[in-house]
Amino acid sequence: MIRNDIEITPELVKEHGLKPDEYQKILELIGRVPTLTELGIFSAMWNEHCSYKSSKKWLKTLPVTGPRVIQGPGENAGVVAIGEGLVVVFKMESHNHPSFIEPYQGAGTGVGGILRDVFTMGARPVAALNALRFGDPEHPRTRHLVQGVVKGIGGYGNSFGVPTVGGEVNFHKRYNGNILVNAMAVGIARADQIFYSKASGVSMPVVYLGSKTGRDGIHGASMASAEFDDNSADKRPTVQVGDPFSEKLLLEACLELMASGAVIAIQDMGAAGLTCSAVEMGAKGDLGLELDLDKVPCREAGMSAYEMMLSESQERMLMVLKPEMEREARAIFEKWDLDFAIVGKTTDTLRFVVRHQGDVMADLPIKELGDEAPEYDRPWREGAKPAPVDAASIPLPGDIGAVILKLLGSPDLASRRWVWEQYDHLILGNTVQRPGGDAAVVALDGTCQGLAITVDVSPRYCEADPFEGGKQAVAETWRNLTAVGALPIAITDNLNFGNPEKPEIMGQLVGAIKGIGEAARALDYPIVSGNVSLYNETNGIGILPTPAIGGVGLLEDVTKSSTLAFKRAGDAILLVGATTGHLGQSVYLREIEGREEGAPPPVDLAAEKRNGDAVRALILDGTATAVHDLSDGGLAIALAEMAMASGIGAMIDALPAGPAHAALFGEDQARYLLTVAPSDEAKAAAACKAAGVAIQRLGVTGGDALVLPGAAVLVSRLKDAHEGWFPAYMQG
Amino acid sequence: MKAAVVVFPGINRERDMAKAVELVSGTKPVMVWHGMSELPKVDLVLVPGGFSYGDYLRCGAIAARSPIMRAIIDGAAKGLNVIGICNGFQILTEARLLPGVLMRNKDLNFVCRDVHLKVENAATRFTARYSAGQTIRVPVAHGEGNYFADAETLKRIEGEGQVVFRYADAQGNASQDANFNGSLNNIAGVVNVAGNVLGMMPHPENLVTALQGGTDGRGLFESILERAA
Repeated sequence: MIRNDIEITPELVKEHGLKPDEYQKILELIGRVPTLTELGIFSAMWNEHCSYKSSKKWLKTLPVTGPRVIQGPGENAGVVAIGEGLVVVFKMESHNHPSFIEPYQGAGTGVGGILRDVFTMGARPVAALNALRFGDPEHPRTRHLVQGVVKGIGGYGNSFGVPTVGGEVNFHKRYNGNILVNAMAVGIARADQIFYSKASGVSMPVVYLGSKTGRDGIHGASMASAEFDDNSADKRPTVQVGDPFSEKLLLEACLELMASGAVIAIQDMGAAGLTCSAVEMGAKGDLGLELDLDKVPCREAGMSAYEMMLSESQERMLMVLKPEMEREARAIFEKWDLDFAIVGKTTDTLRFVVRHQGDVMADLPIKELGDEAPEYDRPWREGAKPAPVDAASIPLPGDIGAVILKLLGSPDLASRRWVWEQYDHLILGNTVQRPGGDAAVVALDGTCQGLAITVDVSPRYCEADPFEGGKQAVAETWRNLTAVGALPIAITDNLNFGNPEKPEIMGQLVGAIKGIGEAARALDYPIVSGNVSLYNETNGIGILPTPAIGGVGLLEDVTKSSTLAFKRAGDAILLVGATTGHLGQSVYLREIEGREEGAPPPVDLAAEKRNGDAVRALILDGTATAVHDLSDGGLAIALAEMAMASGIGAMIDALPAGPAHAALFGEDQARYLLTVAPSDEAKAAAACKAAGVAIQRLGVTGGDALVLPGAAVLVSRLKDAHEGWFPAYMQG
Repeated sequence: MKAAVVVFPGINRERDMAKAVELVSGTKPVMVWHGMSELPKVDLVLVPGGFSYGDYLRCGAIAARSPIMRAIIDGAAKGLNVIGICNGFQILTEARLLPGVLMRNKDLNFVCRDVHLKVENAATRFTARYSAGQTIRVPVAHGEGNYFADAETLKRIEGEGQVVFRYADAQGNASQDANFNGSLNNIAGVVNVAGNVLGMMPHPENLVTALQGGTDGRGLFESILERAA
């Protein structure tokens, strides 16, 4: 048992991740030396993850409002109105470090945490996605990490019962020592049944719900040193252990409880568990809160206040209950075999008071715990912008067919079927577009509507130019949603960066946020939730800056969604958007020439909007028969993907101007491929011309091969190359 | 025909099942809680997929011993129609309503994809809308669907026509390549001797509308729900 009255030494303060000036601030705030439990509470509330102390200044610059936005950042998840009396509730969050230490549990609990964020707000989860970054495929740990993370995501999501419908997987050596696991969840609620964490009313019961509290995930495990823990056998891994079965029960019980009208406020216990949830509920409601830890359901005997306050045991919630509804509420949780314990009450003192075995273990000013958290304006430096790469300086490929096959079978472009077939992507029966397309589409029960969802970022662009890369990540999601016919409505961001105390890393974060903000404003595409993950470094080497963006779009008529597969022979193939042949930072340059160089493609947001709006109109009026956005690998890879999805080939007789590699593999932005019936060609061209959008006819669908000027490859060979890499790699 | 869908803790395809039943029959099924010891008056009981009790013992083992299962076992003995899909199939084998067991998939991975099934026996009350030898496409989503039975049982169920569905290729050949989970004789679904209890690993309930990408799963629900009670 950890004692509460041990001496607070500078070492102990440091082990809690608090800087000397931060500790000084604590002393000033409370006017005395904190107890160990109090120190733990401060460290939990004031760490980077909970306080956003390095990023807050810049996050404030992001556009977070809009006519549809009901709740922006600051709650468990963002809430956006979609009509029909419904709202979509969504967020993305990282679980990077735990997944590197223990990939199965780390990834699984990442999924569990984000699902809880969504159903805490009263929404039933309807889709999950993820963005995964692993190290070099040849690195000795990579295969094991891929295996564990994929199994962990599937193990949790499949059992919980949410379809995992999309995501991305990338490999780069800069993630060798620090993989990224970002999980996104999307739920649907009724607009009049949204639940928040803000407590109200004095002397209202505070109720603990869900699974029992154990010693897993206590952040102090890393500092469970002999000085304050005499029994080292009590050490537990810092990684939490997930129980998707309990989470499924918790979902059903919470939704039933919410429908009963018993809930005043509810908050899931995520990072920093009981501490964070209790403080947030009280502070948001301008109320104090008292906890009696003797009432907390514990998994193990002899847990101290310190351990209970910092445990990150999963599948738990804290709720402020309408007292007259206690009996009904308790019955619901007993029916689902989950714990229901009144562990405290709200007060009018604005103090956060924690009692255990008759003693007061903590007594802190509740508002200051959150509001007075340190906020830093960290020094930052913009990196040097790389010069654009001139396509004319890059040797022309000898065999274009061989290049296409090589790219399709490269780790970043190969089919992810091995991954997504391990995720149940069909449960709930609403999956209209399965993984492998531009965006996933799920139908919404009881309406004609559908949601399109995607997760995107191109870290290599962000590394070369954080501002353009940030813009591009937002634009890419917008384009992917547009390509399935959806109107993009809002985004969630998951900003993964290295150590913000280094000015060049802070410069990446600032640049990316500026870029994200600019794109979001230009595209009327507000950020409604998000998460920041910093210190993603190992041995001083930071990850590639990776601001993953999760985009959500709305289809008023889900039957109108478009797919990338060619539909039949004889359709005209049209390229929408301008091509300059931008090879800098392209997959072609990296995979074929072994060069990771140059400026990334610039993103013209006005063109992005103009082109996308024109394409969406052609989808919704039924003109476009197949649609695909152009991204990694450029035009040739997009054509190959449309052919592989259908088994139908294409005969291309015209290409954009410029050298063959620039025309075929350049990664210019704001571009789409469409197919239309020959009779609709003139109509599509006229619509684009009227909108000021570049359009070019490239050829026609048909045959069993992708035929380009100077190359022809059978679709079956494309498929073999594309499908072969992942299973072969995983077999070792 | 009146239908009920049984809900165990951790079951998660109960909504999919209920939607398919309503789509085909026009009537919502009754949802029945596992703790009940009696069934409502229905003609068909559906045991859906999911992870009952987290699959923390053997798949389906705990659910098979719940109060409602006693009522289902008694009802089945008197001719009540019972369908178990995925975890439901596992529960019915654990309850000894159906022969055989379901083991880990041969490659140890969970698999979610469309597969083809050959309708081996179209003379059952669950498959009357299909024709014998027809190939249908439905999804699977399981980690433990590798059907096993001892040699004697296998011989008996094959001889009695109890094998209803086999994993097959698109042309209907029950080949080894099509046998993704390693099931004996490519078995994907079986009925009991009396013909009133069906278990299958694939999910016909997830392919009943064009929006889902196909309607081959409808036949199963049409066969049993549109049958005169």
